[in-house]
Amino acid sequence: MNIFFYIAAAIAIISTMMAISGRNAIHSLLFLILSLLAISVVFYLLDAPFIAALEVIIYAGAIMVLFIFVTMMLNIGLEQKQEKQWLNPRMWIIPSILAAILLVDLMLALRNMPPAVAGVQQIQPKQVGISLFSTYLLAVEIAAILLMAGVIGAYHLGSQKKKVLHRFLEKK
Amino acid sequence: MPLSTIIALIPALPLFSSVILILFGGQLSRKVAGRIGAGSVGVAALLTILVGIDFINALPETKSYSVVIWQWLHAGNLSANIAFSLDSLSLVFIFVITFVGFLIHLYSIGFMAKDEGFTRFFAYMNLFVSSMLILVLADNLLLMYLGWEGVGLCSYLLIGFWYKEPANGTAARKAFIITRIGDTAMIIGIFILFLSFGTFNIAELMHLASAKWAIGSSLAVLTAALLLGGALGKSAQLPLQTWLPDAMAGPSPVSALIHAATMVTAGVYLIARTNVLFSLAPIVQTIIAIIGALTLLIAGFSALGQHDLKRILAYSTISQIGYMFLALGVGAYSAAIFHFMIHAFFKALLFLAAGVVILVLNEEHDIFKMGGLRKKMPAVFWTFLIGSASLSALPLVTAGFYSKDAILWFAYSSNTGGIVLWLAGIVGAFLTALYSFRMIFITFFGEAKTEPTFSAGKLMTVPLIILATLSVVGGFIELPASMGNFHLFSNLVKNTLPEVAIKNVEHLEGLFQLISALIASLGIYLAYRFYFKKPTFIEAFNHSRLNRFFEKGFGFDKVYDTVFVKPIVWLAEIDKKDIFDQLNIMLSKLALWGNQILSIAQNGKLRWYLLSFALGIALILTLMLTK
Amino acid sequence: MLTVPVETQLLFAGILFFLGLIGLLVRRNLVFMLLSIEIMFNSAGLVFIIASHHWNQPDGQVMFIFILAVTAVEVAIGLALILQVYHHFKTLDVDKINKLKD
Repeated sequence: MNIFFYIAAAIAIISTMMAISGRNAIHSLLFLILSLLAISVVFYLLDAPFIAALEVIIYAGAIMVLFIFVTMMLNIGLEQKQEKQWLNPRMWIIPSILAAILLVDLMLALRNMPPAVAGVQQIQPKQVGISLFSTYLLAVEIAAILLMAGVIGAYHLGSQKKKVLHRFLEKK
Repeated sequence: MPLSTIIALIPALPLFSSVILILFGGQLSRKVAGRIGAGSVGVAALLTILVGIDFINALPETKSYSVVIWQWLHAGNLSANIAFSLDSLSLVFIFVITFVGFLIHLYSIGFMAKDEGFTRFFAYMNLFVSSMLILVLADNLLLMYLGWEGVGLCSYLLIGFWYKEPANGTAARKAFIITRIGDTAMIIGIFILFLSFGTFNIAELMHLASAKWAIGSSLAVLTAALLLGGALGKSAQLPLQTWLPDAMAGPSPVSALIHAATMVTAGVYLIARTNVLFSLAPIVQTIIAIIGALTLLIAGFSALGQHDLKRILAYSTISQIGYMFLALGVGAYSAAIFHFMIHAFFKALLFLAAGVVILVLNEEHDIFKMGGLRKKMPAVFWTFLIGSASLSALPLVTAGFYSKDAILWFAYSSNTGGIVLWLAGIVGAFLTALYSFRMIFITFFGEAKTEPTFSAGKLMTVPLIILATLSVVGGFIELPASMGNFHLFSNLVKNTLPEVAIKNVEHLEGLFQLISALIASLGIYLAYRFYFKKPTFIEAFNHSRLNRFFEKGFGFDKVYDTVFVKPIVWLAEIDKKDIFDQLNIMLSKLALWGNQILSIAQNGKLRWYLLSFALGIALILTLMLTK
Repeated sequence: MLTVPVETQLLFAGILFFLGLIGLLVRRNLVFMLLSIEIMFNSAGLVFIIASHHWNQPDGQVMFIFILAVTAVEVAIGLALILQVYHHFKTLDVDKINKLKD
């Protein structure tokens, strides 16, 4: 079982690296989807099948698709040359160093981890559902309001109203 | 009305009048303002006469009256009251101040009649009279210092009265600053006295000082020297004498009241009042005598070279006060005070008459542009002549003869005097006669170079006549032993001032009087020869370098300018941008610079911000985890 | 039964997070930056699942659901804003969008 974890982890990391260093926007997005799928596998291995499914459906299926739609709308993929120009290797040095430092910090932080609780079983969706709608009911409601706000905001921000200038401000 | 109230009213009346004139002067007519101004001093003079009569008739046990008005300060062991003490010394002074002051105020009503600052003038003059009265009546040094400062302030205000002319303001500032130097020395002396004895009361201080300090002890010498410093400043003696000639920029009544009769004699009063302290420091007394002698000589020579009428009189004042200091220095206190009184009469007369001359000749000050006024202004001429005669100590008929003669005699015969001091006094007397009659001959005789524009009214001539009378008869109250031995004045002040201790040379008194009479006559005669007959070498002398040296007052002004004034002005120029303010400006500049540096970090670039986030997180986490 | 040590799992999540961070710092295109943010969100969710597995509680998964909801909204709004930026500045270069400066 462990081996699957390591393989999925490796795939996730590699495809993420390809995603962030890609020139073509669509390619990056597709690599990211791949990464998400790999992570979904990891979720399943971590006894969270429901979440694995959700990851694929919502994250890879809705959010990434939204990205792809906007990318296609704005024709970002056509600007490959520009991206190449921007992404010379010199740019990677400082962020990589910072990330390395942070990684080291993380490893230091993980030195004293408490041992795992015994008796791990798969956590059924039912359990999650009950927990969601009893203990965390309020959070669900808030999340719903958040989603509604998001919908309204996205609609409003996305609409392109033609700018109507006052007749004094009209450009002659 | 009890005597204490009357005594309190004497300085209070001019003070109230001054306040009224300051507050309501703009709404009062000139007539009313003049009446209030002169009237308050007049009433004060009347009250003084009342008090004087009472004092002479019914002398109290302690030889002085004390009036406590209210408690002024009380902090810990420092306490001072507004309290007046009237003894014979202060009686003489307040008589002179109020009486001569009243005559001068009357004169001013006529003199300043056409001036726009009429009411302001009387407000300042009354304030001055009140401060001077407080000064001489004060029974503690702190109140005396209040009066001291008050007269200094009024002197400044009145010298710079015609403030629209910048030169007047400069002269006023010069007077104030130079007297300030003296004032600082004096206040330090007062502090030392307080620290040593814990009181400001003059009588107590004199008791304690004579009890606790040995003769010649360093503290006594120091304190006496410091008080002397204050006296030198106010009385315009060496080395602080340069302000008085320039102070002639003020109106003539001001010169008469302040710079002839009263303020400049405040130093004499101080030394006479604290004479116990000075007798504890004989070396300071010798210094007083030497300064007096030097000053009277230098001022006498300087007066010879002046061509401004009032400046001659100013140097003459410095010289005459030098005589008073000479007398104080040899211990002849009563002679000094007598000379003060007589000098007040004739010097005020001279200044007032000079004021009339200048006014009538349309503000002409140069005596070489005057002349022939004898026929045109007879009243002024005769009073001026009497005043000058008194100044020159014309033998037997003038009051000046008796007072100056007393000083000359004591300069020789006192235990601390000697032939050198007497010689200085005699030469000074010769010079006095010479320059005063030079003044008369050039101004009043000869042909008229400027015509008088109008004739002076009664308000101005009557005070002149009164003062002229006093300049003649005033001397008869103190006749020396060889001429009648009538010691009315010295008997009066014997209660307060110590007698002068003289050597055993009384038989020479007549001889010395004869010599001084001859010298004075010689001076008058030579003035007649040189300035009336006008031989050629006088013209040459007038243009010589010696004459210019005399005119510049022996170059003191130049020395002070180079040594003191120019460096300070230079420093001030350097500090024009206010060096210490630069520190504050530096702070603000630093803040601005910091802002400019920090705003580089706010360049609106998102990735820059993200980088700083990441850096921050890395730093914090590293620090947290590696602690 | 997964017996991979927790540290390794968390390290995996950390690496993913830092890759997203690198991507955020390096790229100049707004869409790519948003992409990198997505990666970071995802890795944060992974940590929650790991925790839920570690403690054998459903709370971690519940948290992941909420994160998912938030991410969805954030992407929607973010993309709408990107549209507005594109129409206003005519470019998606984030370095050119620096009007908010001193």
